[in-house]
Amino acid sequence: MTTLFIDGAVAEDPWVSIDGEQPVPEAEDVIVSLALFEAQRHALLTRNEGRLGVYLEADDQIDAIADDLGKIDLVALDFPSFADGRAFSKARLLRDRHGFAGEIRATGDVRIDQVQHMRRSGFNALAVHHQPTVDSLMEIKDAGLNLFYQPAIEGAEARSSSGGRSWARRAL
Amino acid sequence: MSTLKNPIAFTANNLLDGEVVWLGRNGGWVKSIDEARVFGTEEERAMGAAEAAQADADNLVVEPYEIDLNLDEGRIAPAKFRERIRAAGPTMRLDLGKQAELSQPEALVAA
Amino acid sequence: MYRYDEFDREFVTSRVAQFRDQVERRVSGELTEDNFKPLRLQNGVYLQLHAYMLRVAVPYGTLNSSQMRMLGHIARKYDRDYGHFTTRQNIQFNWPKLADIPDILEDLASVEMHAIQTSGNCIRNVTADHLAGAAADEVADPRPYAEILRQWSTIHPEFLFLPRKFKIAVIGSPNDRAAMQFHDIGLEVRKNDAGELGLRVFVGGGLGRTPMIGKMIRDWLPEEDMLSYCEAILRVYNLYGRRDNKYKARIKILVHETGLDDLKKDIEAEFERIKDGVLKLPDEDVAAIAAYFAPSEFADLPAKDDGLEQAKLDNRSFARWVDRNVVEHAQSGYAIVTVALKGTGEAPGDATSAQMDVLADLGEKYSFDELRVSHEQNVILPHVQLSDLKAVYDALLEAGMASANAGLITDIIACPGLDYCALATARSIPVAQELSQRFADLDCQNDIGDLKLKISGCINACGHHHVGHIGILGVDRRGEELYQVTLGGSGDEQAAVGEIIGRGFSKDEIGDAVETIVDTYLARRLSDDEAFLETYRRLGPQPFKDALYPAKETA
Ligand code: HEM
Ligand code: SF4
Repeated sequence: MTTLFIDGAVAEDPWVSIDGEQPVPEAEDVIVSLALFEAQRHALLTRNEGRLGVYLEADDQIDAIADDLGKIDLVALDFPSFADGRAFSKARLLRDRHGFAGEIRATGDVRIDQVQHMRRSGFNALAVHHQPTVDSLMEIKDAGLNLFYQPAIEGAEARSSSGGRSWARRAL
Repeated sequence: MSTLKNPIAFTANNLLDGEVVWLGRNGGWVKSIDEARVFGTEEERAMGAAEAAQADADNLVVEPYEIDLNLDEGRIAPAKFRERIRAAGPTMRLDLGKQAELSQPEALVAA
Repeated sequence: MYRYDEFDREFVTSRVAQFRDQVERRVSGELTEDNFKPLRLQNGVYLQLHAYMLRVAVPYGTLNSSQMRMLGHIARKYDRDYGHFTTRQNIQFNWPKLADIPDILEDLASVEMHAIQTSGNCIRNVTADHLAGAAADEVADPRPYAEILRQWSTIHPEFLFLPRKFKIAVIGSPNDRAAMQFHDIGLEVRKNDAGELGLRVFVGGGLGRTPMIGKMIRDWLPEEDMLSYCEAILRVYNLYGRRDNKYKARIKILVHETGLDDLKKDIEAEFERIKDGVLKLPDEDVAAIAAYFAPSEFADLPAKDDGLEQAKLDNRSFARWVDRNVVEHAQSGYAIVTVALKGTGEAPGDATSAQMDVLADLGEKYSFDELRVSHEQNVILPHVQLSDLKAVYDALLEAGMASANAGLITDIIACPGLDYCALATARSIPVAQELSQRFADLDCQNDIGDLKLKISGCINACGHHHVGHIGILGVDRRGEELYQVTLGGSGDEQAAVGEIIGRGFSKDEIGDAVETIVDTYLARRLSDDEAFLETYRRLGPQPFKDALYPAKETA
């Protein structure tokens, strides 16, 4: 069972994941694998209806979709394990370097103890399997702290009132 | 009944205080290797492994594993040097670890 | 030194509360060991051979007396009355109970200390020259930079799950006392012709299985760009560092496999993009942090103290201790004292609670409330008046800490090894103890002169053996401890990785082998002034090989 959270709230998932050789439905919102995206790039980018999402595995780099981000509405980034932190930097690059404003969705091993780091790196959606994490998120029990020693994705954080430290932030 | 090449025991650390323990002769986990249960056959080993895994799942001990034993000296001693040190304590601080309460600590490490 | 403000205090306190909650969830069974392990590691809690181990950060090696006293208190109350100072300027407690650790962290927080990121694949405790702010050869104090880096790297959301651990060291003088080039990032604070401060940046140094000397990636980086540049390096590393093999996961391997030039392109491109952003350091913020490290209020004193000179004449042991363990201070009339935690036959780096109390008192009374931990596992009193040296010495003597062997062959670095460490393949402390006894005679040690002997109990190289003038690595060969010897390593500004000299030695043989090496050096040096490393560099390994492995064996 996967529960989807968008901006902190449980949400219905309108997206369909397509990865194999199956045809891409014309009018639906689809999330395709990078391989599929590369194989059918032109057709996918010129569909008339239905939004486009791309799913990047941990080994896939942002560069592969960077030029087309203007036509992509969602990027799903995989956490193959708790210990693999590559997706944090990818989310950060999507927001900061590419100015991507669509949904960035965390998939795979999404655990409560990392949720705050995901948000601060630019994720706004979480597809969660891990039941204790679902439970904690339902209770809005965030495992993080409210003070930060570094600027991250600009969002619900303000410069800390603490003087003389341009890098410190405080949750609003 | 298939006999193991080496007799074995199961060891772990207590979750709460981290102390080294072994599956005991009379059930439960014991703090002295002298009271450890010795497993000699495949069947016993499977039982021991299940018991250890259960204790792990019950959050009594952390990361249990089996160790080879050496029974030559008439006393239970681990075959590996590392495990002998775990059973006794740091070799250069005889006042620390289990050896602090043992009668013949050197014998264990030197075994 | 740095003091917490409200922000830091609130941060550390809530972190302790968070960990207390995690420990409770673990004990209640809500968290399994699999879930809990990464969380405990990020708070410095390991499981070692005999028990849990807690590693407490001493950021860039600087601490005040109440902090040192608290370390002693923790050792006494929760542990077995001692602690182990490490090559990473940390302290480790070897016997804490898991259930006590939240209380220990709370005690630490009360004196502005913590154990955050002392383990795990994140940016670890930032280290620095242990003579920072005192050394006569210093261009600028590296600690403000280390402190800014410490803050920026603390719970950095993007860099907590890196391919592998990441270590940063900062020095502020041309003489490298922090093995800076053996860190993932090494920074050297410098001044340009215009008198501005900036950094020379090295990347990809490290020890472990594949020792590598860091490569210079930037000869000059304006100080305002320090965080942006480090963030660019870390981002590139996080994205591209290998994750398929943990022995190839450090940034040194990425540098090696990608090549510095190609990697530099990526790093510089990312740096260009972010350098004028939020991480750019405002001058006034750097100044505000630097103000914490402003020089103490030193008295105006002559460079020579007659009382000291007389005391040296009166007491030969004291004179010897001054010669070896006291070095020049930037301020006239003051000196830097090395308290060598290397008494004959003792475990390198271990100090008892009572000794920590004495050190705390001495720091308070004679060193402007400041102490340092060196990567050589010693404690430093950085600012002692010349006229107080005798009193300091007397107190150290009484507490068993007056070994006059700083920098000598018995000033050994040794990791915990198989006596404590779950990863070890052989013991290191007993080897250090044996060598310390063998060379105990001070005349003989002084005759040998500067010689760095470093011992690790496995290939991870926590004991820095690769950079020992004589390095010893303990391995396991079919259940027996075997010791491999490397010669010619050096962790200073002329960085070098030691060369393996030949087949290893058993525990019974290793003492004789070291003695043979030393005898060979003594016989072949050009003069008393030619140090071991110089002789080795001049002669190469052959004479040492010949002495260690007589012909019948090599044939
Ligand atoms: C007792 C628990 C310890 C464990 C489990 C441990 C583990 C490790 C491991 C696995 C590495 C290799 C990392 C790599 O190459 O990727 C390493 C490196 C290192 N450790 Fe430890 N260590 C321990 C204690 C210490 C102590 C006591 C010190 C200081 C005396 C220390 C200082 C270092 C240093 C300086 C390095 C090499 C520098 C580098 O990272 O390349 N460690 N440690
Ligand atoms: S070098 Fe090996 S034995 Fe020594 S502390 Fe490091 S991991 Fe343990």
